[in-house]
Amino acid sequence: MKVVVAVKRVVDFNVKVRVKADGSGVETANVKMSMNPFDEIAMEEAMRLKEAGVATEIIAVSIGTAQSQETLRTALAIGADRALLVETGVEIQPLAVAKLLKAIVAREQPGLVIMGKQAIDDDSNQTGQMLAALLGWSQATFASKLKVSGAAAEVTREVDGGLETISVKLPAVVTTDLRLNEPRYVTLPNIMKAKKKPLETLTPEALGVDVAPRLKTLKVQEPPKRSAGKLVKSVQELVEKLRNEAKVI
Amino acid sequence: MAILVIAEHDNAAIKPALLNTVAAAQKIGGDIDILVAGHQCAGAAKAAAAIPGVKKVLVVDAPHYAHALAESLGALIVSIAKNYSHVLAPSTSAGKNVLPRVAALLDVAQISDIIKVESPDTFVRPIYAGNALATVQSGDAIKVITVRSTGFDAAPATGGSATIENAAAAEQSDLSSMIGQELTKSARPELTSARAIVSGGRGMGNGENFKILEALADKLGAAVGASRAAVDSGFVPNDYQVGQTGKIVAPELYIAVGISGAIQHLAGMKDSKVIVAINKDAEAPIFQVADYGLVADLFQAVPELTSQL
Repeated sequence: MKVVVAVKRVVDFNVKVRVKADGSGVETANVKMSMNPFDEIAMEEAMRLKEAGVATEIIAVSIGTAQSQETLRTALAIGADRALLVETGVEIQPLAVAKLLKAIVAREQPGLVIMGKQAIDDDSNQTGQMLAALLGWSQATFASKLKVSGAAAEVTREVDGGLETISVKLPAVVTTDLRLNEPRYVTLPNIMKAKKKPLETLTPEALGVDVAPRLKTLKVQEPPKRSAGKLVKSVQELVEKLRNEAKVI
Repeated sequence: MAILVIAEHDNAAIKPALLNTVAAAQKIGGDIDILVAGHQCAGAAKAAAAIPGVKKVLVVDAPHYAHALAESLGALIVSIAKNYSHVLAPSTSAGKNVLPRVAALLDVAQISDIIKVESPDTFVRPIYAGNALATVQSGDAIKVITVRSTGFDAAPATGGSATIENAAAAEQSDLSSMIGQELTKSARPELTSARAIVSGGRGMGNGENFKILEALADKLGAAVGASRAAVDSGFVPNDYQVGQTGKIVAPELYIAVGISGAIQHLAGMKDSKVIVAINKDAEAPIFQVADYGLVADLFQAVPELTSQL
């Protein structure tokens, strides 16, 4: 079974982002970029499926500017067999990503698509569900455990009340949650090997997908700042403040 | 304009997040209908009909809606959505699971996690873990939206008398099925609707130590939450997690104990009214957002706090 893993290049999770002064967006020039952490978990899960003999080939896919090649090289260093970049300079929103991935799925015919449940830049949490819908496939979002057996997968999902386990028919789209696995470290020999692995570049036009954005961002602002309060010296003082000043107890 | 709100419920009753979603629908303006899709869900339908300002409650009662599986429920919502200008659901794990499926099938964008309604087509939503707020405008014919509860004060739960109308079920999808649920049982309030929350982080050391937080929570009538570090370490179950990718909360009082305050955690609680931080590390970033900070050993300070309440 082929497995497609979708990976996104995002501002590194440790970076505190700055809103641009003109309100047009967030400063991304000269900012450290990395693979979306949830997509790293998706890559790791694909590797485990391959090591278990379930996956035969792992294809990493990314959509974005030429720099997304770096993210795909990281995926190849983790262990993807080959990579596809859908190169575009325009803003690609989740519906367009889902449509592009649908076109890739038509080409590659995977049994499973794995991706992060959300990207930590736009925090949309949509693409996996949208892809499953467009393909008419089953979906298992927020996965914390994945077991493939035959023509179905058993997936434990993190939900608001705890955990639930569902069975989904394959092919399926799985989106990863934090506790699915702990991604491996990429080793230097694997980084070297990744440089020689195939990386193909496509375009939305070649895939016949209209990627025009549906949402227009009118402005981006800083959230209201929360100022630091005061340090209290004792539990007694804390209780007094909560009771008489904040009046919350 | 007509707005369809997807009810979050457990068949017997509605979940509090539905009230915040109705409040968001009222800000958009227009007739508001609620869809209650479930199995033996008359209780939930009755509760939804009691929310003031709701015109009609559509009830679709069938076994295949018992667990809100995305494939079956999504197809049902799509079949109804065409009569509406807006489809709203709470931004809960259930809402986030099904609504993008609906949007894709309608070939429209979804606007995730709105915290403010600027106009019927323009909304504010947080991006980058809430470190920026984007104002976005949708040009789609049907606006499909998930609503972050903390952005809207809950609509009243009683006083209304909407008509209840039964509607036909859509076809059952055989793509997925429920195997089982392990839901955390607790007598304490739910995290996302609690008036007060006591949260623990890595500093708690182990799961056993959360007992001292539970004792404090019980004194305050509070829910117990946790940081990602505490959940990843296995101290408490996943549904305790507050943060960018966990639960977003905004209680009257949030007490962060042994939590350093990573931006991903702050994203989930910084809209709380009063924040208290107890941490032995005076440099911890949590103190930069706390109204009241106490630099102390939590194993002494928390029991002392409990005893003084």
